[in-house]
Amino acid sequence: MKKQQRLVMRTVILLVLLAAIGYTIYTNFFTEKTAVAVGSTAPDFVLTDLKGHEHRLSDYRGKGVFLNFWGTWCKPCEREMPYMNELYPIYKKQGVEILAVNVGEPKLSVEKFAERFGLTFPIVIDRQDQVLNAYNVGPLPTTFLIDKNGEVKQIITGTMTKDDIQRHLESIKP
Amino acid sequence: MEHVKCECGHVNPHGTAFCESCGKPLADLGEKPLLDMRYEGSARRSQTYKKTMIDQIWAFFSSVKVGVALIVITLIASVIGTIFPQQMYIPPNADPAEYYKQQYGWAGKLYYELGFNNLYGSWWYILLIALIGVSLVICSLDRVIPLYRALKRQGVKRHPRFLERQRLFGVSHVSDLDKTMAVLKERLAKRRYHVREEDGHLLAEKGRFSRWGPYVNHIGLIIFLIGAMLRSVPGMYIDRVMWIPEGETKEIPGTNGRYFLKSEKFIFETYEKGKDNEVFNAAIDRVGNGMIAKNYQTNVVLYKRVGPVIPGAKPKLEKVKEYPIRVNEPLEFDHYALYQVDFRLNEPKAMSFQLADKQSGKTFGTVTVDLYDPKESYNLGHGYRVELLSYFPDFEFDEDGNPSTKSRVPNNPAFVFKMYAPDRPKGEVSFVAIQQTIEPFGNNKYKMAFAGLQTRNVSGLTVRRDFTLWILGVGGAIFMIGLIQGMYWNHRRIWVQRVNGELWIAAHTNKNWFGLKNELRRLLDGTGVMMPADQLENEKKAGQGGQAHGTA
Repeated sequence: MKKQQRLVMRTVILLVLLAAIGYTIYTNFFTEKTAVAVGSTAPDFVLTDLKGHEHRLSDYRGKGVFLNFWGTWCKPCEREMPYMNELYPIYKKQGVEILAVNVGEPKLSVEKFAERFGLTFPIVIDRQDQVLNAYNVGPLPTTFLIDKNGEVKQIITGTMTKDDIQRHLESIKP
Repeated sequence: MEHVKCECGHVNPHGTAFCESCGKPLADLGEKPLLDMRYEGSARRSQTYKKTMIDQIWAFFSSVKVGVALIVITLIASVIGTIFPQQMYIPPNADPAEYYKQQYGWAGKLYYELGFNNLYGSWWYILLIALIGVSLVICSLDRVIPLYRALKRQGVKRHPRFLERQRLFGVSHVSDLDKTMAVLKERLAKRRYHVREEDGHLLAEKGRFSRWGPYVNHIGLIIFLIGAMLRSVPGMYIDRVMWIPEGETKEIPGTNGRYFLKSEKFIFETYEKGKDNEVFNAAIDRVGNGMIAKNYQTNVVLYKRVGPVIPGAKPKLEKVKEYPIRVNEPLEFDHYALYQVDFRLNEPKAMSFQLADKQSGKTFGTVTVDLYDPKESYNLGHGYRVELLSYFPDFEFDEDGNPSTKSRVPNNPAFVFKMYAPDRPKGEVSFVAIQQTIEPFGNNKYKMAFAGLQTRNVSGLTVRRDFTLWILGVGGAIFMIGLIQGMYWNHRRIWVQRVNGELWIAAHTNKNWFGLKNELRRLLDGTGVMMPADQLENEKKAGQGGQAHGTA
């Protein structure tokens, strides 16, 4: 009887300790990378595009959103831009929007870049890094796939091929 | 496992070295003259039950050897972590894989590949610390509970074999046992011993609480570790860096967009001869005038956002307060603290150029380009106009030989201007970088002459919020209390018993035998009772004597 108690006691103490360690390791290594986790609601934001139109993320409810963070100096970002541009009109018709967030560069630089590649999807500039902070974006490019309910489906860091982008756009069709 | 019943009637748990109540040795001690008094001979649980997996894990962590090994491994790892700088201290734009190899050669490469570049945040380091925590908890539990039991159940009357196997032990013949006992009892009480009496036998005890010192100390350590663990819980601990240039208003990172900061001015002051107190003159002479930093200060205005937080939207701000942040004088608000930690002086902010005729040197107006948000077109009047075709804040030629920018920071700005003049209606293109002008389409009539650089200072601030600090404080305080408790008090016990008409005295202390002997001497002075002999010392002497004899 007493032995039974002791075993239960030891098991409980060990489990508590294991839970504490597990939690510490988990929060340190599996949650830190982005503030916005897969499965959570994408934080709302308002940013102005090159033409002066305001884009509010919550206005896109009901549509999929391909949210791409980029900079003009970032070569991997540059490589995927033409593919995004090519697929944009096709998927726009199917209810998926592409929104490119520039990380606070001069409007002039962004405009020249957009002109050079003939980009047609809306490009907004995050002048004060507020959206960057809210999404805790580290390396560029980082892409958030947001479904029609505003939920983050996937977070992709690094450059994508045309096939990748197509697959991702397909995955968030409403 | 069965309990062991001692001849005194007390039932002891299996594994007990000597009876909890009367002290009679339960195991066969053979020739060993002295009892091992550690943990009062109690049965450490882990040593006796090893049946299930859980028991085996428990036994593993309850070993002090394992605990010490974990600590040593952690110490060695920590030492290695200081050989080369940690990743957070290398230049932020450097690629760590390259940096370590370049700076420290093959050793650096190995260092990086083994993950020592981010040692103190690595999973295995944290795991080591966590295992030390587990070891602490289990070691303590495994010892303190039986020890508490043993000390609580100890009887006054001890078995003669317990007494004679104590380190301090003596037998005396006294004429009046009753009187001597009474005198001793009174003297012991005077020396603040807690005296218990049973059948004419005495047990005097003091400072028992000193025995709990190590465990109190461990509780403090465990609280400290819990505090450290809580740092990884979101919201408990924030440690962010914020770079803010003079004149700008920025969101304070870590506040979820609720607070904004405006930097009015960054001030860097040094000690100067003539201006400062004369006592500093010698030091100023030694180091140089204006070489010793006196003050780093950022004058800021703190704003709170009113209304809902939508990132990117122009915030409605409400002024909270103005404050000069200086080293060690942080701006504190809402449990946050902003510390002055770094600065960059004279960061380029805007560049001015004059449109000039290359031949005559005549100028036609000044163009000022904001390096953070340049305008596209600059009208100088009288038909003179400049257009900015391209802008590279951090200019370099990329792999294909095209001009490009390395980052968005204007470290090395370069521009492509198109200059229009009444006599050049189609415009001339000029590529302008620092100390360098390229005219891609042949010889131009006009040029953009550098006319000045506007700079500003940038402050580096640390944003800190720490809800774990008080836990660490409490843990640290308990740690110290435990340490003091265990170090400055001794647990002393003196047994005085009548055995066959003789007076037997035995004494034990957990430390400071010298002090106990002095106390005993004073206690027995003039009572006719002999000072108990130190059996351990006698034994040592005998051993040394024998050796000396052997080698002679």
